[in-house]
Amino acid sequence: MVREFEDVIIQTLARFLIPFVQLYSLYVLIHGHGSPGGGFQGGCILAASFILIVIAYDLKEAKRRFPEKTLLIFCCLGVFIYAATGWACLLLGSNFLDYGVLSDILPTGHVKARYYGMAMIETGVEIAVMAVMFSIFLDLTTKGEHEGILGETDAGVHHK
Amino acid sequence: MKKAPAFIVIIIMGFLLVYSAEEFPKWGDPNQPASLHVSPRYIEKTVEETAVPNMVTSVLADYRGYDTMFETSVIFTAGITVMLLLRRKRNGKRV
Repeated sequence: MVREFEDVIIQTLARFLIPFVQLYSLYVLIHGHGSPGGGFQGGCILAASFILIVIAYDLKEAKRRFPEKTLLIFCCLGVFIYAATGWACLLLGSNFLDYGVLSDILPTGHVKARYYGMAMIETGVEIAVMAVMFSIFLDLTTKGEHEGILGETDAGVHHK
Repeated sequence: MKKAPAFIVIIIMGFLLVYSAEEFPKWGDPNQPASLHVSPRYIEKTVEETAVPNMVTSVLADYRGYDTMFETSVIFTAGITVMLLLRRKRNGKRV
């Protein structure tokens, strides 16, 4: 297993870098309408920023900021936002995922409502992808025990 | 030799699939139905109908919204499956 270490250069650089990585992920999400990008790509970048916390600090710090219960809630929330947008269209009297009718509840026209409907579902995709990627990373690196990588001494490090 | 009948069935099915694939439109054929009806509609109407400057986005999220929704569901299912398979009990309680 990996030895425990604390590197001030890596930690400072990570602390400096993580906000920009997360901001860039939001840029990729919002700008996905006009250029390559969107929910899937932005979600992966956002998950990468949390993985950077795990690498630069340790698992405890990452789990303090993002407990796995919250992670599970975010997994479900992302898919729910997508489906709820579809249901909202259904309730407003149109087809499933036909965003045009969202102009009834949004202060925009019929065409712009489709634009914002797409932004809404991309946000759902981003949240779901981010939570799933980070959750899979945690499960795979710790063999499902959620302990004992990169600097935690109570499991994993001493066992091997 | 139990596997011989299964092998023969697979060979026949594979032959049938390849044979029927001959009937499909050629790759990139400008006269295939998708190029004649579906693509021009997306190219001409995307900005007019959805106010999105990128065709890819409108096809992904609007015209093919169902597809993307179930792609998201597939990712969700993958995450839940990894959780169920790999997370272990520790001291009697589930982590």
